[in-house]
Amino acid sequence: MENGRSDALDEFRQGSVDAFEMLFRLHQRAVYGWILCIVRNPATAEELTVESFWRIYRAHARFQPEMGFEGWARRIATHAALDWLRTTRRETELRSEACGELAAPAKADSAMSAEIGAKIALAFERLPPKLRIAAVLAVVEEQPQKDVAAALGISVAAVKLRVFRALRLLRKDLESRGITP
Amino acid sequence: MNEPNEDGLKKLLRRVLPRVEGEPEPGRDLWPAILKRLDAQSAPAPWFDWALLAALVALVACFPASIPVFLYYL
Repeated sequence: MENGRSDALDEFRQGSVDAFEMLFRLHQRAVYGWILCIVRNPATAEELTVESFWRIYRAHARFQPEMGFEGWARRIATHAALDWLRTTRRETELRSEACGELAAPAKADSAMSAEIGAKIALAFERLPPKLRIAAVLAVVEEQPQKDVAAALGISVAAVKLRVFRALRLLRKDLESRGITP
Repeated sequence: MNEPNEDGLKKLLRRVLPRVEGEPEPGRDLWPAILKRLDAQSAPAPWFDWALLAALVALVACFPASIPVFLYYL
């Protein structure tokens, strides 16, 4: 089995579509799941999975079998998702402007209203994509920081810094809208 | 690098954006879409494009004075 997989990796590196299909079937769930964690929309995650595997095939000559396929695929998928977040950020800003300001409810109980939840989700979407992707993977999905670092191609310290900056920006944004987290 | 209320904000975020649970699967087979992308990438240019290019090269070869006109309209 291991030999077969290793052969497939070598063949893929040489551009074999059959080997690529085998690797796709093996890893598509992991790649799709990873992208879904970032974009949080199944239809978008499917589109980005296609985009990611297309990018993976285009880069087949640069693949180094000894580094493993999954981590490499995850890194390409993360960048595809990051590109998507960048293109949709402006739409989020427009949506935020259209929503207008909502008054913060009295803190009579700990239950959070749907409106406040929506405001927080929208504020999260407004974060710069690089910070948002680190925060969603490390904080919301609780992925190991070393995995997040590998997927983003940065150090663990840089992941921590991005998460810290994301939370600080989010807090500021929420406070400016009258929501005290 | 931790602020006192950071944990509260993290909890709030997790309530608003619940984790993706289990091992989600795409709702359809994505392989045909990938093949389509690969085919589109390797598809040759339509014959009409080649014919147009050949005509243009022939025209420029026969009438070199037309080059500045083409450059002007590019």
